[in-house]
Amino acid sequence: MSPWIVGFGVFFGYPLVTTVYLSFTHYDLLEPSRWIGTANYKYLFTQDKQIWPSVYNTLWLVAIMVPLKVMFAFGVALMLLRARRGVGVFRTIFYLPALAPPVAATLGFVYILNPATGPVNGALGLVGIEGPLWFSDPTWAKPSITLLMLWGVGNTMIIFLAALVDVPRHLYESASLDGAGPFQRLRWVTLPSISPVILFAAVIGTIEALQLFTQAYVGSTIAAGSASSAGDPSNDLGFPEDSTLFYPVLLYQQGFRFFNMGYAAAMAVLLLIVSFAITMIIVRNSRRWVHYAGAGR
Amino acid sequence: MRQTATALAVAVLLGLGVTACGGTGDSNDSGGAPVAKGTKLEPADITLWVGFTQRELNVIKDTVKEFEKENPQVKVKVVGGINDDKIIAASRGGKAPDVAQSFSADNAGAFCGSGAWVDLKPYMERDGVSDSIFPPAPRSYTQFEGTRCALPMLADAYGLYYNEDMLKKAGLDGPPKTTDELTEYAKKLTVRNDDGSLKVVGFNPMMAWYSNTPANFGPMYGGKWVDDSGKSTLGSDPAWAKLLTWQKDLIDWYGYDDLVKFQAGLGDEFSSSNAFEKGKVAMNIDGEWRTAFIADEAPDLPYNTAPVPSDPDNPDIYGGGYTTGNIIGIPKRAEHKEQGWALLNFLATSDKAQVMLSNGLRNVPTTESSAQSPDLKPDPKFETFLKIFGNEHTTTTPVTAAGSAYQELFNNFVNKWQAGRVDDLEAGLADVDKQIDAQLANAEGEQVP
Repeated sequence: MSPWIVGFGVFFGYPLVTTVYLSFTHYDLLEPSRWIGTANYKYLFTQDKQIWPSVYNTLWLVAIMVPLKVMFAFGVALMLLRARRGVGVFRTIFYLPALAPPVAATLGFVYILNPATGPVNGALGLVGIEGPLWFSDPTWAKPSITLLMLWGVGNTMIIFLAALVDVPRHLYESASLDGAGPFQRLRWVTLPSISPVILFAAVIGTIEALQLFTQAYVGSTIAAGSASSAGDPSNDLGFPEDSTLFYPVLLYQQGFRFFNMGYAAAMAVLLLIVSFAITMIIVRNSRRWVHYAGAGR
Repeated sequence: MRQTATALAVAVLLGLGVTACGGTGDSNDSGGAPVAKGTKLEPADITLWVGFTQRELNVIKDTVKEFEKENPQVKVKVVGGINDDKIIAASRGGKAPDVAQSFSADNAGAFCGSGAWVDLKPYMERDGVSDSIFPPAPRSYTQFEGTRCALPMLADAYGLYYNEDMLKKAGLDGPPKTTDELTEYAKKLTVRNDDGSLKVVGFNPMMAWYSNTPANFGPMYGGKWVDDSGKSTLGSDPAWAKLLTWQKDLIDWYGYDDLVKFQAGLGDEFSSSNAFEKGKVAMNIDGEWRTAFIADEAPDLPYNTAPVPSDPDNPDIYGGGYTTGNIIGIPKRAEHKEQGWALLNFLATSDKAQVMLSNGLRNVPTTESSAQSPDLKPDPKFETFLKIFGNEHTTTTPVTAAGSAYQELFNNFVNKWQAGRVDDLEAGLADVDKQIDAQLANAEGEQVP
């Protein structure tokens, strides 16, 4: 057996098959699992009222946060490309947030976006704007998390930067000779050249969005103001009003808090299928706009 | 061909799945049944897992030393900072402790129902320990459907904390006894800044804030969680709608947004910047442990304690409150169950241990005899909670197979309600009932119709 088969089997195949099996069982983590057929799926599709809010929240991230992240990372990379002096310093500064641990970053954001004492609303107040309640307002909780994710976009930005540096100079030169302005060069030279990287960023960003957990878990717990040090798990997942109850948060809640791992496994199977479907849609759609150098298109 | 392939795939899935769950089955259950009565305890090194940390962990360690003095052949290693995730993981594999303590009585259903913690009945019968030494509430949250797999080890009772100076300055005498009075007090004690924002809040009725939960507020109106058949009764018991209507009226008086902003500016519940300790709220519902925190963090705070105010239409229930507590049991995979039982029995039932723990942790002792002990450190503010704990109207939350799922589903609804996003309260509550019943059915692995 070649090593990759072992690795694939142990770290991917086995958990996947087990998850699919568990999704047809009642499994409370404590007793051996018990076959219950499709009861978990029936509950998922017909009875669980928390499913659809959580699906909506997660799709919101895919539809709004992912494009923003790609655009933001691309924009920052473009600006960094223009920098003439202190390039290393700027690159480091824009990359640094990606190194912040997600829990610490979320705590920081809840603090600076605190509606009463946070500097952001303080500054808004100075110019006469009454800031929103951010993490405490169901309308603003997802945008708050989006801001946090945009801030930590360093990894994607570095990949864009590398791709931008790789765009052949001669293409720009010939475009300029043909009379193309900066915008046209961006549209007809830069974007096609880096389109595989845009695709990569979109796919990775989508998968990240579908799996977003830590920021929602920490943000909702802290913002609800009842983070307990007594070792008691928080009662506030999804705070406020289920607006941060993303699909993985609900999955965690069912599996580890409600002793309902069989059901959580069913949710995981659905997540896998949906992730796969969305990724396929993006990849298929990309054939129209992604250009691979040397692919003869 | 296609059918063969499907059958093969299913067979592979099943085979792997069954192996995958092998770890969850019966394992080295070395302890077995209890030994005969009067058998001397064998020497052993055992492990006790507790959730406590820091100062509180030392209280546990000191109490365990007393056990070791009485049983010198048994050495106990106390491990602190344990949460339920670790207890659950240890029930599947790895090294299990001989005794485990959990802060979440909500999870007793899972521990007892699954057999993850052993049934204590044979040990109790052999050693003549009856569960009637515990009051009804702790007796109920340490068992599930007839299986007693845990004993209570200290409890929490919830009551009203009020700032005496602030009440006096507002010309208010004594604590509010009904929710009408609580509202009246709250309004008088509230102070606003020049810009209209809240400076001091008389009483914050917002759920999800600090210890404000439907469970803690429920006894004010005597709300029942389930009927005799275990079905959720949030909609059918009018007490809940009454409680929520009262609570929302007071929130609206402050203004929801104002209150949210006020809350966001307050310090952490479990820190010295706690809003009640800082005088930012004049009255607050909290557990008895707060007396120890105040003694430590704000010793000069002029405060007192009382039972939670009650429904003005049902003043008889005044004096009761919500109680829940720590549970302690023996994991199925424990190596030294006899020694584990001896330690558990000492911690949960002996007056000596209960008094030491109560004095150190300032939690309510859980046996009726220890609650009367003259060795309990006297403190009138703490005694309020002993009285609440013993009151006949004091209730606890039901134990289910799905942990605290029903409370969390209710919390979600209440959060929407208090923000003003529920139009029809009765219909909403009935809907939550349905959701809870479905969740419980699913969590028990029942077929969905």
